[in-house]
Amino acid sequence: MDLNALKYTRSHEWVLVEGQTATVGITDFAVHQLTDLVHIELPRVGRTVRQDEPFGEVESVKAVSDLYSPASGEITAVNEALADDLGVLSDDPFGKGWMIKLKLTDASSLSGLMDRKAYEAHCADESEHA
Amino acid sequence: MTYLFNTPDQQREMLQAIGARSIDELFDQIPADCRLPGALELPPALSELELEREVRTLAARNGAGEDRVCLMGGGVYDHFIPAAVDEVVSRGEFYTAYTPYQAEASQGSLQAFFEYQSLICRLTGMDVSNASLYEAGTAVSEAAFMAMRATGRHKKVVMLGSVHPEYRQVLKTYLSNLKCELVVIPTVEGTADLADVKKALDDKTACLVFQHPNFFGCLEEPEELTRLARSAGALSVVAFDPISLGVLRRPGDYGADVAVAEGQSLGIPVQYGGPFLGIFACREAFMRKMPGRLVGRTTDRIGRPCYVLTLQAREQHIRREKATSNICTNQGLLALRATAYLALVGPQGLKEAAELCCRKAHFAAERLTRIPGVELAFDRPFFKEFTLRCAEGVEPVLSRAREAGFDLGPTLSRFGSAFDDSLKDAVLMAVTEKRTKREIDELVAALGGLEATTLGVAAIPQR
Repeated sequence: MDLNALKYTRSHEWVLVEGQTATVGITDFAVHQLTDLVHIELPRVGRTVRQDEPFGEVESVKAVSDLYSPASGEITAVNEALADDLGVLSDDPFGKGWMIKLKLTDASSLSGLMDRKAYEAHCADESEHA
Repeated sequence: MTYLFNTPDQQREMLQAIGARSIDELFDQIPADCRLPGALELPPALSELELEREVRTLAARNGAGEDRVCLMGGGVYDHFIPAAVDEVVSRGEFYTAYTPYQAEASQGSLQAFFEYQSLICRLTGMDVSNASLYEAGTAVSEAAFMAMRATGRHKKVVMLGSVHPEYRQVLKTYLSNLKCELVVIPTVEGTADLADVKKALDDKTACLVFQHPNFFGCLEEPEELTRLARSAGALSVVAFDPISLGVLRRPGDYGADVAVAEGQSLGIPVQYGGPFLGIFACREAFMRKMPGRLVGRTTDRIGRPCYVLTLQAREQHIRREKATSNICTNQGLLALRATAYLALVGPQGLKEAAELCCRKAHFAAERLTRIPGVELAFDRPFFKEFTLRCAEGVEPVLSRAREAGFDLGPTLSRFGSAFDDSLKDAVLMAVTEKRTKREIDELVAALGGLEATTLGVAAIPQR
């Protein structure tokens, strides 16, 4: 996965846009911050989500965190395999650890997201203040 | 008794420190009409001896439970409590323990709750039980909320009219500020008409709430009700009677998603209006969505078994406004009573208690309905409780029973508009394993005898 091809949110989700389809997951930084993951709740296929709204949640031994959608659209696929093995999320957050695929309703809203360089700076900033 | 003692000098000093001239000035910002003008109207203080005498006089006015015969139903029942329950619960380690904030320091309490949860799971046939909630009304409401979270349906909850009106009231209060409709299905025949239930359930419904045996004592059709809920994509929530599970099928066996109950029957006395015990158990699929505390067993660093509060990510102190409930406590002492009770009687004891209740209730119902003008309100199977209708009205019958030392009730009219008008002359009555044949015969004689006198015929109960 070319990390430069992805867009990022301030809440540490990544999105890969291919035509009208967006694939969404969370970053390695997020996985590291969450520590041991124990449970994930993902939505059903067919649900529509709006940008910045929670589409699911992930539970670690420390906390439960919402997963925020980087874009608006209808959910066309959900990575059901994650529920059985969250190790995939730790091992390959940008690949096999993807969470949902969206059919975008408004691709222009993606322009507000960060590129890789801006996201790395954002992470560095958060680490510093952690 | 003065709990926060301070002298006029200290009061002056404190007022000075905060820059107020008097206590009245300190309270200035409270609107005058919200404040009590002048002092409380209390009689002069009594000496210790006088006070003791006064309290004894007041206490003597209580109708003590043991010299009267309790046949009351309506959610609280006079079941037998083995003396060992009190013995276990009155141990200082349990009795004086406040909710453990550093929970794992109280291994004894956690072990007791773990055992409670395990017993409730076996009793109900459900996968997971929490460490208890306040009482049945809260448990029913929390179950409805969990169903909303689990189904993503937040607009509609369907409840049978045969559910305890107070549970309905608690849920209604909880829902009053939410955009969720509570649909109540009338049960004028004593139980729900399955066609009505089917009609009420749709793809907006979060859950179907029913009680079995229901508030009138009648048995619903639990398999059918859970099946109807499931086919609408809704959860089924059953409020059960713990003692009834000695003879009836378990909620887990007839497909319920959530099983809740008033746990008072399990070793908790009929004490004022509570405190009681809210039982809450569900299928594993909802484990992370359930409210309340949950105790788990694990091992410590050198491999010894130990107990922890587990799955706390559901709870308020971690999940904040997204917590599964704003209740972050449990009925520790009363859950312990239920644990001691269930452990003492065991499955066989529970079965025997349930069989005795069932037989004695049917004997009583059969005898009472021989009295002219007294009949069962519903032609439905029942467990230990039934609804009587009295041609001459409920009050004269109740007062004759009371005079003879028997307490029946509650009357259905007590619950205002909760029930159909046709039920306003009906009264609930429950017969537990504690009741004897002699007591039941005496009750029948008291009611039947006076009934006959009123009618001007010989005062002999029909046999």
